[in-house]
Amino acid sequence: MKKIGGMAGAMLLSLYAGASSAAWQLNLTTGATKSTQVIYDLHNLMMWIILVIFVGVFGVMFYSVYAHRKSVGHKADQFHENTTVELIWTIVPFFILIAMAWPATKALIDLRDTSNPDMTVKVTGYQWKWGYDYLKGEGEGISFVSQLSTPQAQIYGTETKGENYLLETDRHLVVPVGKKIRVLTTASDVIHAWNVPAFGVKQDAIPGFVRDTWFRAEKEGIYRGQCAELCGKDHGFMPIVVEVVSAEKFSAWTGEQKKAMAAAADDPDKKWELADLKARGEKVYAANCVACHQANGQGIKGTFPALDGGKITTGPVKGHIDQVLNGKAGTAMAAFGKQLSDTEIAAVVTYERNSWGNKTGTVVQPSDVKAARK
Amino acid sequence: MSAALDTHGKAHDGHDDHGDHGHHTPTGFMRWVTTTNHKDIGTMYLWFSFAMFLFGGAMAMIIRAELFQPGMQIVTPEFFNSMTTYHGLVMVFGAIMPAFVGFANWQIPMMIGAPDMAFPRMNNWSFWLLPPAAILLVASFLVPGGGAGVGWTMYAPLTTQMGPGMDLTIFAVHILGMSSIMGSINIITTILNLRAPGMTLMKMPLFVWTWLITAYLLVASMPVLAGAVTMTLTDRHFGTSFFNAAGGGDPVLYQHIFWFFGHPEVYIIAIPAFGVVSQVIPAFSRKPLFGYASMVYATSSIAILSFMVWAHHMYVVGMPVAGQLYFMYATMLIAVPTGVKVFNWVATMWKGSLTFETPMLFALGFLFLFTLGGFTGLVLAMTVVDVQLQDTYYVVAHFHYVMVAGALFSAFAGVYFWFPKWTGKMYDETLGKWHFWLSIIFFNVTFFVQHFLGLAGMPRRIPDYALQFTEFNQISSIGAFGFGLSQVFFLYIIIKAIRSGEKAPQLPWDGADTLEWTHLPTPAPYHTFENPPTVK
Ligand code: HEC
Ligand code: HEM
Ligand SMILES: [Cu+2]
Ligand SMILES: [Cu+2]
Repeated sequence: MKKIGGMAGAMLLSLYAGASSAAWQLNLTTGATKSTQVIYDLHNLMMWIILVIFVGVFGVMFYSVYAHRKSVGHKADQFHENTTVELIWTIVPFFILIAMAWPATKALIDLRDTSNPDMTVKVTGYQWKWGYDYLKGEGEGISFVSQLSTPQAQIYGTETKGENYLLETDRHLVVPVGKKIRVLTTASDVIHAWNVPAFGVKQDAIPGFVRDTWFRAEKEGIYRGQCAELCGKDHGFMPIVVEVVSAEKFSAWTGEQKKAMAAAADDPDKKWELADLKARGEKVYAANCVACHQANGQGIKGTFPALDGGKITTGPVKGHIDQVLNGKAGTAMAAFGKQLSDTEIAAVVTYERNSWGNKTGTVVQPSDVKAARK
Repeated sequence: MSAALDTHGKAHDGHDDHGDHGHHTPTGFMRWVTTTNHKDIGTMYLWFSFAMFLFGGAMAMIIRAELFQPGMQIVTPEFFNSMTTYHGLVMVFGAIMPAFVGFANWQIPMMIGAPDMAFPRMNNWSFWLLPPAAILLVASFLVPGGGAGVGWTMYAPLTTQMGPGMDLTIFAVHILGMSSIMGSINIITTILNLRAPGMTLMKMPLFVWTWLITAYLLVASMPVLAGAVTMTLTDRHFGTSFFNAAGGGDPVLYQHIFWFFGHPEVYIIAIPAFGVVSQVIPAFSRKPLFGYASMVYATSSIAILSFMVWAHHMYVVGMPVAGQLYFMYATMLIAVPTGVKVFNWVATMWKGSLTFETPMLFALGFLFLFTLGGFTGLVLAMTVVDVQLQDTYYVVAHFHYVMVAGALFSAFAGVYFWFPKWTGKMYDETLGKWHFWLSIIFFNVTFFVQHFLGLAGMPRRIPDYALQFTEFNQISSIGAFGFGLSQVFFLYIIIKAIRSGEKAPQLPWDGADTLEWTHLPTPAPYHTFENPPTVK
């Protein structure tokens, strides 16, 4: 008897252990910010109220199913209204709703208060990556693009999937612990949504408009989220990774970033050789263009045009630069002029004109792009 | 109401007696193309909707197969997006809405003692608009670029990036909208003008009431959707900028317009389902519906409120706090009339004399699971909680509880309930019960676990997911395949019943007391109530 009890206990325990691991998560994520705790508590309160109503209503229903069956000989009463009862069950729910609305209102007003931030970061949604610009506070001026770093081989099953499959990026948004971070969201093409469940933050990023939200992370660590608004083909592949670090580490990080940015800045007047520019262009292409035009330049039939042997990529240079700088309104082809530097655009155009079957031999210099910008 | 049968002019029943009327009636296929008979048209609506249900279901199977494990295995991300899009569109506009219009066609004239619908030719036209719309939807897969991968909500400006498939879809939505509007005008006119003497509004069966209210919702909301998709069309091709910030427009405007249609739309789906359940539960409780008048008022107030809550789908677009508070309160308010309905159904069962044939089982499945979906709706109404749950699988679970366990189960209840009246045959009760239990179990296996996925933060409309979501997705996919097969089984039950079902007794359900049961033979002859009955 004891043995069975022990076994049952062990099974329950393992079930519990299973239930509390990430794979069997049964409730909202909490812990990294106070807001998540507020949301969690409100949600739990709702669940308790709902449970009570549920048991009440369906207790009555199942009692009726049990006791008022024809098969046990129950004869039907013929009553069909009762004003008192009907009034009660119309008015009582009002009060229950007020009991729910009260804490919900308080929580909402607190959670929407984006005033007095310590730092402001602008988040820009691109198809299909996130741009981060540190606008105000420490780190001002830092700017980079962050995108999925999970290899295609893991996605298509030729490699085993890593621990943070689909939730890992090449660059992390790094922020200091305990500081109020205001996040401005916008987008360059379609609507995306910046969402980190561990912070209790989700905000649409809308092209042409700026919206805001905020968080204050209480614990250092790495927090992951995903785009939460359908934004086209790779909507499922544009994760968000936020790294929360101590104030000292953050200062060190911003210092490094500024140095790295200065070192990486291209001399806009440099004259490039074809081979170097093509090599640089391949990187720009891989980071910005493959998702649509594909690595082999063939695009996706009917949706994204092939650049291999394309009219524009083998036609006049001017038209090609213009297409990349200014995009094509009303299509998925974005204006890359804002995202990429003159050198990068020169490189990618050169790359496209001299790759796959394209053999134009043209070398586009950054100064050509600069001229085309006006 | 007296139990005397209407025998006027009913020398023989069966489908041939419409030949007696002196005019030439085509047979075979042309009979169905040219028919103006509400029963024929109702039948076509129901078969059409079932075909669309299987089509939309097949797409759901593809979605669930891809999501069975992490990684991309079966389809490309673009195709996946078009699967969610057309699954949603086909289920909403092709399966559920036409199913209830089918019920309306069959039942409303018989329940109010009318000989047919008010505008029989328009009725024919309303139905025959549907197949071209379905063809357009299918055709969008065949044009360059394939089906549009924008979600059934078709948010701008993603729609401007799509190929010609998007245009075909927009035209399909236009046509479906025209069909719904014409159907609604017909229903409103029929109910207001063709009631038998003595059938006052407050004596109408609740199913008729729910359709009267739904038809008004349709007339008011479908043009709004047509406007939204037309603006999308002109943004795509004619250089307008309704939803394009660069040209002075606003992408969020689209969402406001869409959901001004979209929220009433969910009640367009739910309210006729309430109507069916309000006929079935009293019949199998052998007791009149509790609180008839309050049901009518509750349904009307739900309908009115449904136009005032649309932006609860848009809590994260960045509305002012005051806006969020208003939409939260208004949404919570809908719980009051909805609660009244649930309490009334339970009170109808209380002290009844209950039996549990298949229609009643599906009605109880509806009551239980729709209420659950209503509760999660209340959770989603809380703005701050919704910030965590918007666009996650929690929402997917929520709306499948109200649309599948709600509307679809109620449609099943209606089909089993009226099947004997329509065909004169009985379905196999044992098989019907199997269908119910398989459906309800697999439904919950599929969708209950999606609440957990949503709470843990899994976004919807993604073709691939992080590893911690694997287990629940596998459970959900297994449930989905089971649910899909159970519906093929339903097709078998229906075909078997039509072919070789036992002859139905005159009154198969002793608690049923509306005109079609009390005043008409079973099966209902081709023409009914050519002379109106008198209702006391
Ligand atoms: C989000 C998908 C997407 C991305 C990313 C993208 N493009 Fe495009 N691109 C398109 C589409 C769609 C078109 C077709 C536009 C049209 O209809 O004219 C296009 C057209 C082009 C064309 C003209 C091709 C022709 O023959 O008409 C060029 C050149 C081009 N893109 C270059 C680039 C470069 C360079 C990048 C990376 C910096 C890039 N694209 C990234 C979607 C994309
Ligand atoms: C066979 C049973 C069904 C299964 C297994 C199923 C499954 C699914 C799945 C997996 C999604 C995609 C979720 C996402 O990625 O966002 C979905 C979306 C949807 N389903 Fe179903 N579904 C079923 C029946 C229905 C029915 C009967 C209806 C309608 C009344 C319906 C309406 C919808 C809608 C409106 C969407 C949203 C589409 C979108 O995201 O744009 N489903 N369903
Ligand atoms: Cu997205
Ligand atoms: Cu709504």
